Amino acid sequence: MSNLSSHENIETQNWDLVLKPGRAEKNYWKDIWRYRELFYILSWRDIKVRYKQTVLGAAWSIIRPLLTTVIFTVVFSKIAKLNNPGNAPYALMVFAGMLPWQFFSNALSESSNSLIGNSNLITKVYFPRMIIPASSVITSLVDFAISFLILIAMMFWYHYVPSWHIVFLPIFILIAFFCAFGVGLYLTAVNVKYRDFRYIIPFIIQFGLYITPVGFSSSIISEKWKLLYSINPMVGVIDGFRWCILGDPMKFSSFLISMAITLLFLLLGIFYFRRMEKTFADNI
Amino acid sequence: MSKIIEVRGLSKSYIINHEGKEQYTALRDVIARKAKKIFSFPGWKPSSSITKEEFWALKDIDFDIEQGDRVGIIGRNGAGKSTLLKILSRITDPTTGTISIKGRIASLLEVGTGFHPELTGRENVFLNGAILGMSRSEIKKQFDAIVDFAEVERFLDTPVKRYSSGMYVRLAFAVAAHLEPEILIVDEVLAVGDAQFQKKCLGKMEDVSKNEGRTVLFVSHNITALKSICTSCIILQKGEKKFQGNVNESLEKYLNFDNELSSASRKYIREETPSKNVFLKEAELIDVTHEEYFFINLRLKIYSSDSTRLSVNLRLKDELGFPAAYGCSHIFKPELHSMQPGENIVHLKTEKLNLAVGKFRLGIEMVLPGIESLDFVDDCIQFEVSNDTTATYKFGVMQSWGFSATEIKFKEII
Repeated sequence: MSNLSSHENIETQNWDLVLKPGRAEKNYWKDIWRYRELFYILSWRDIKVRYKQTVLGAAWSIIRPLLTTVIFTVVFSKIAKLNNPGNAPYALMVFAGMLPWQFFSNALSESSNSLIGNSNLITKVYFPRMIIPASSVITSLVDFAISFLILIAMMFWYHYVPSWHIVFLPIFILIAFFCAFGVGLYLTAVNVKYRDFRYIIPFIIQFGLYITPVGFSSSIISEKWKLLYSINPMVGVIDGFRWCILGDPMKFSSFLISMAITLLFLLLGIFYFRRMEKTFADNI
Repeated sequence: MSKIIEVRGLSKSYIINHEGKEQYTALRDVIARKAKKIFSFPGWKPSSSITKEEFWALKDIDFDIEQGDRVGIIGRNGAGKSTLLKILSRITDPTTGTISIKGRIASLLEVGTGFHPELTGRENVFLNGAILGMSRSEIKKQFDAIVDFAEVERFLDTPVKRYSSGMYVRLAFAVAAHLEPEILIVDEVLAVGDAQFQKKCLGKMEDVSKNEGRTVLFVSHNITALKSICTSCIILQKGEKKFQGNVNESLEKYLNFDNELSSASRKYIREETPSKNVFLKEAELIDVTHEEYFFINLRLKIYSSDSTRLSVNLRLKDELGFPAAYGCSHIFKPELHSMQPGENIVHLKTEKLNLAVGKFRLGIEMVLPGIESLDFVDDCIQFEVSNDTTATYKFGVMQSWGFSATEIKFKEII
């Protein structure tokens, strides 16, 4: 009898939170929603701090892509004599590719170092750790927005009117966002465990620049290799950007592939991150 | 009253790696190790085998905390207090066991977590508040109270990197003090700021716990703070729960545990055999009894190669090595102590010593007064004089203030 009543007691005690080893919290995603204010404020902090104590401040996010675009235009168009299949000026085509690439590479490098950079928070306070890499991707999105202004300025300069496709641009921004986030999640979790991984990240980004059609159009890749080439999700994103802004031709298959790969990276990143999350405080 | 926290069979283990000095795993090493495994011949053992040791920071802990309890968690360094708080505040995962919690927890393991030096005081209040789990509207509502409490109105729009360390800490604590969770977890954070601000913090903590009926878990070494805030205590020792009960009983027990634990340092056994005619083999502090004052009761084992006479000097130093007191046994016993060849047992008992609260180290010297020092062992015994928690009439003088006793007078030498 007493056994029964004590059992009943346990049943009636409705705990808000039960901590058990290895138990995936069922309200993790609800928690992220609950901590959304922290998410806003961390993103805001990163943005604010980023432009403090710099001489040119936000101008950096204009100067960098602009200079790279000039160099790429000179190298690929004037020296390598590559053609642009569309009818837009070469510099505009480079810039339309540079925008998502710069966003992706910034977001990736920021988010993969984000956990280590915030180790003081991780060892002292609880919150869903995913907030940290997510907020650093958001910070890069602000840079992206600023750089986007140059694109508009350039279009005025070249008297270039974008096609109606531009309404689809947010889709490609989202793909780039989730791709950077997924890979970033994976890398930042690995980075906590293996501290020398951070030396690999700049290499990945540099390598990525060469296998991504930033300085050239992906139409110069021969059909034979096209499918393999499209495994790089940023190929689909950049093609999409050029399709939206410049009306360049885009293959639907490469778009689908990049969608699928992004989704795969995202799931893999989330899965690995969630598995490692519990040990961050002990390993960092 | 209902249970707000229930902990069952809680353990936490860490793997300590004895191999490397590196603080973290490098991928380089992992690859190197794997490569070694692949390329080594079967039956060949890699020369640098890693010895891994499991360390249990917490072992099988059970306790319940009722709503409105104010629980102090006490224990020596490494007893597992911080690990317990980290698990309760969800920073790290338990290895085994279950913890059930009702209500919102806010933990304050460090003052000023997440403060960014480049941001202004105002911005940091919002940032820190959000990190500690306050919503924006809550912070806004409390903002004036926070600023008022921290006394930094004039510097609100100055980056905190230009703050003095006192201002910084005051602002940080002020944010934390205005949290309104059901359960508040506080690690030793009161050891900051000037005395006046500390008093204010303690007052606020009391206010929060007593008047607002919050549940508080509080780790501190500050006995006064524990006494004024907590209703009960949990004593941890080497990762295990030793006791849970009301505050006075716990503190008394804790101080006794402390004595038991330090028994190792109360006995000195010489391991090597020096090439001296007379030397100290063993020394043991039998007790430093406190009825009203302390006195030292020592048992010495002195080796002598032939029959001789000697006198024993005691040198008492404080924790930092400053001389606190000095005593010569020949003043009490001018005819000196006679030694037989072999081992001799000598009992020394001093008069009452009016020692300050703190840790002391005792050095023992055997001399022929005015002629020769036969043997001298510095710091061979350590003991601690603690504040008498049961006595209300006695005020303990802190060591930093003075020592008061300068001469050790002997009462009995056998």
